[in-house]
Order: sequence, then structure tokens, then C-alpha cells
Amino acid sequence: MLISARELSRRYGSAELKFFALEPTSLEIEAGAFVAVVGASGSGKSTLMHLLGLLDQPSSGRLFFDGRDTTALGPDAAAHLRNRRIGFIFQQYHLLPRMTALRNVELPMVYARESSRNRRRRAEAALEAVGLSARIDSLPTSLSGGEQQRVAIARALVMDPVLLLADEPTGALDSKSGEGILGLIEALHRQGRTVVMVTHDEKIAARAPRIIHMRDGSVTSDGAPVRQVPSSPEVVTS
Amino acid sequence: MRLVDMLRVAAQALVENPVRTLLTLLGVVIGVACVVSMAAIGAGAQQRITEEIGSFGANVLIVNPGATNKDGVSSASGARKSLTEADARAIGELDTIRYAAPSDFGTVQIVAKDRNWSTTVNGTTTKHFAIRQWTIASGRVFSGEEETSAAKVAVIGATAAERLFGTDDPIGQIVRILNTPFTVIGVMVPKGVSFDGQNQDDVVFVPISAAAVRLIGGANSVNHDAVAYILASARSSDWMRYAVDDVKALLRQRHDRETRDDDFTVTTASAALAAQESSTRTVALLLGSVALFSLIVGGISIMNIMLVCVTERTPEIGLRLAIGARPRDIERQFLIEAVALSAIGGVFGVVLGVIAAVLVTRVLGWPVFIAPEMIAVSVGLAAAFGVAFGWYPARRAAALQPVEALRSR
Repeated sequence: MLISARELSRRYGSAELKFFALEPTSLEIEAGAFVAVVGASGSGKSTLMHLLGLLDQPSSGRLFFDGRDTTALGPDAAAHLRNRRIGFIFQQYHLLPRMTALRNVELPMVYARESSRNRRRRAEAALEAVGLSARIDSLPTSLSGGEQQRVAIARALVMDPVLLLADEPTGALDSKSGEGILGLIEALHRQGRTVVMVTHDEKIAARAPRIIHMRDGSVTSDGAPVRQVPSSPEVVTS
Repeated sequence: MRLVDMLRVAAQALVENPVRTLLTLLGVVIGVACVVSMAAIGAGAQQRITEEIGSFGANVLIVNPGATNKDGVSSASGARKSLTEADARAIGELDTIRYAAPSDFGTVQIVAKDRNWSTTVNGTTTKHFAIRQWTIASGRVFSGEEETSAAKVAVIGATAAERLFGTDDPIGQIVRILNTPFTVIGVMVPKGVSFDGQNQDDVVFVPISAAAVRLIGGANSVNHDAVAYILASARSSDWMRYAVDDVKALLRQRHDRETRDDDFTVTTASAALAAQESSTRTVALLLGSVALFSLIVGGISIMNIMLVCVTERTPEIGLRLAIGARPRDIERQFLIEAVALSAIGGVFGVVLGVIAAVLVTRVLGWPVFIAPEMIAVSVGLAAAFGVAFGWYPARRAAALQPVEALRSR
């Protein structure tokens, strides 16, 4: 099991006035899975993703990554894990605006103390894999939204992580570019990477073989897409 | 993260916003320039005092008639000429003393051909020049025979020579001092301004015997033998303390002062300059601390800008943390940026400070001394300030939680 969460929760506020962004939740994600986490805003889906990506500390419970308990990891060990094993794709791309596409993709390798020759070679390969070989020296501002997200995906891929965490990867894109990005993510899954994708869009979530529905900080359903189970109460036709 | 990468990130951050970088640099540049120029001025003043002590003679002591109290009547210092030529001779015979020269002086009008000039006439012996390590530029000093016979010969200072003779050669010319004709036999090399602000070259020396008989002493003076002061030199500067004690003991004995207050004072050049030196040191310290404060203000401006940077770049910090930066990588990145700012500012500040110091010399004529170690200290100080004032913003940046940092956009 790649990820195993046991009674994982995230709580904000004081002791008297507690608010659970994530109620104690247990779930498991096997290596090679493609999981969509769906819910309205405030459902706790982003909180769950931040916890899975070691970007946030759980208030209680345990999280095992590749069999290793991450709850007690120090910030340096967590950084190392994020650097080597996890790739992040954000809704707003989070590219550094003054750096070229190539330099942005090189960034994770900078923290891995990779030599600059290796960095360049691997970043070029990653950009080629997302179909952006022609734009490696472009600044993010001169790229379209879809192209920027491709650069971000290249950056997530460049350290060859086992887990890809995508937070609304198509949220800021038109449907055509969004489709391209989704196709890319599906292709990455087919290559054997574990993908956890957070979205509010049922149609996008339906591309994943496993969907986790969330509402008010709790998992309401977990399984195959709802269209294959028409009797499910979670059918939303928005 | 490797150092070269951190330097590149810092360089990029500094280049990205040139106006901000320049304004931040300005604070440090001015601070360091102040420190460098103030230190140069302070060191210059100190050095000049040291030179003055040296030029006056570190082993020179001056015996002045002191305030006297005779039978209950107090007189001001110098009002009575309690010192005599015999005292000078006795001092000269002390083991710890090399030379002693009595001097009597007065300000009189001197006439040379068509010019006249009011100057100091100093009646003394050739030992006077030896004690002050003052050499003759042209001509000669008094001979022993001239000293004993009260010969009407004069050795004049450079300023007096210029005032009385212009560009003419004064040697062999006649000057009239109080209507007595004296032959100029020598001109001294210029000695410049003394530490108490007097032009030492505006003087005419005559044998003390001649001065006593013909000029200052005058026929109506009670005591022909009396002198205004006695100049003496110790065998070496190491002997100064003993020399002073010996002179005091000798004069107490000669003046029969065992049980009464001294009627003389013994001053040394270093003692006379000690007060000035301490006041110079105070001023230098004051200037230095003002400069240090301006450097602190420069440091605070770095801290201020770095805090703004951290806030501005919070999403970037979040992203860097997400893709694997350790908190210490973030901390170092900002620290290096702050140190780079202050070190660059330090280098430019040294350049500006040296220029300012040179300008001060040119325009105000103050002596400045730029010590190389002072420059190293200033740049080091600036870099240390970068670390000190960059530390807090860097800590703030490193303490950010990745998820919080990512969210703030």
C-alpha cells in the first residue's frame, strides 16, 4: 500500500471551538492507483490532499507513506520525501514568474543537489514528455494557461516521483486545454504512476477508476465511478 | 541546495527589482562610507598628534616659572622670573639630561632695510636647536664665542625671513632690533605650526647674553640672569620620568623650596598633548559612533526590505517548500540575499568613504589616515550587519508552513 491513512484529521480553532477541516478519516491508496477526490469547496478535499502531500501536519491520526509513518517526520525529512517521491500539480500552476520554463522545471533538482548538466538534461526530457520542447526558454507569462500547466506537470515529473498530487489541475483552464491536461495525467497514470486528483467537477472525477466523495470534512463514498452504479445516492447531475 | 545555486537565486532576486536593491544598498553604502571616512578623520587627527609629539621631541621638557607664594603674597605664573641661566646650566649637568637651554623672549618690532615686522625675539643658546631637533637651512648658528660675548648676531625662522627679506638671501643682512643692529647669520628650516597653533617659524633667535644685555632684560631689570623658560631634553624618551623628577628635585634645592610650594612647573610635550589627545579621541569616538548608528540604520533598512520580500514572496516560498526545499534552504536563501546586499553596500561604501576622506583632506585640509585594516573591518562589519539584520526575516521565511505559504496569493 503506497498510502495508508489511519484516523487522519485536521482541526482548526481553539480547544472549545473546534472545527474539523477533515474529520478522522481512514483510507488506503495502492501503488499505481488513479484516485479522484471530489467535493464542493470546504468539503475537506484540499485539506486531505495537503496532508497526503506532507504540506500540512495532521491534528491526529497517522499517515503511512510506502509503509513509513510520516507523522513524526521532521521538516527536513518531509522535504526530502516531497522532493523525491511526490510531485505536485496546482490549479494556479505556481510557476516562478522570472524563470524560464526550463529553470522552473529544474527547480526540484536544485534542492536535490543535482549537477547543472544533469538538471538541464532531465528538465529538457521532462518538457519534451509534456510536449513543450519548443518553449523551454519561454517565461511563464508568455505561455498560455495550458502550456503553463504543462510546465508545472513537467516540474512535478522531473524527479520521477511515485505519487502525483493534482489539485484542480484543470480548474483555471478552458475545456479544450483542460482536456489536454487530463489526457496527460491519464497517460502518466498508464505509465504506472499513482495519481490523486482533487476536483469539484464530477465529470472530470469520472475519468478516474476510483472516486472519493467528500462533504463537510468527511468521506461520504469511496469506490468506482457513480455512473457505473446508477442506484448510488451520490448521483449528482449538476 | 548548493551554494552556487543559492548565490544565483540571491543574485536573481536582487536584479529582479533594481530600484529596491539600489535603495537598500544606499543605506548600507552611506553607513559604511560614514564609518570609513570618520575612522580616517579620527585616525588622521591621532596620527597628527603623534607626529606633533615626535616633532616637538618626545624627550623634551619645558621648565616654566610657576605661580609663587612669597611671604603670603601670591603671584600669577610667570609674573616673577624665578628661573635663571644658572638653573639652566645646573639642569644641563644632570645625568638624566642631555641638553638644557635657557630662553628669554619678547615681541618686538624688527626693521630690515625698507621692511619691518613684529615678531618674537628669543634669546637662547645653540642647545635650543639641538633640543628641538631643529636644523639650520642656510648659514650657521651661534658660535660659543658669540654666545659668551653677547655678539649681535641673529638666526631667523623661515616666516620671519620671508617677512623681512622677501625672496632676498637674509644671510649677512642687518636687522635692527630695538634700534640695535644685528647681523643675520643663519636661517632655520621651516618647522610649521605647533600643537598649540603657533607658527614656530615666525621667530628671531639671538644669543641669550645679547638678549639680556641689549634687548629684553634691559638696564632697569632687577635680575639680568632671569630667564622666561628653560628647555631641556632627557637622554632618551625612556629617561623622561627620571629626568622630570631630577629637574624638580634640583630646582627645589636651588630655590630652597623644600618646605614650600614649587615656584616652577615642568611640562613635557606628551603631557601637554595628552589633554588634546584625549579630546581628539573623544571626538573620534563620537564621530565613529554616529557613523555606527548610520550603519545600524542601514542594517534596519535591509531588515525592513527583507521582511517585505518574505511577505511578497510567500507563495514562492510555499512552492519551493512543496517541491522539496528544506526550511534551512529557505533561511539560507534569504540570509545570503541580505548578506550580499550588505557586502555589496560595504564595498561601495568603502569606495565612497575613501573618496569622502580624500575630499576632506583637499577641501578642509584635515589630516586623514585610511588604515587598510579599517577597510577590512568596515566591510566585515557590513556583512555582519547583513547576517544580524537578515537573520530575523530569514527565520520568518523558514518558519512558514508550506500549505499556508501556498495559499497566500
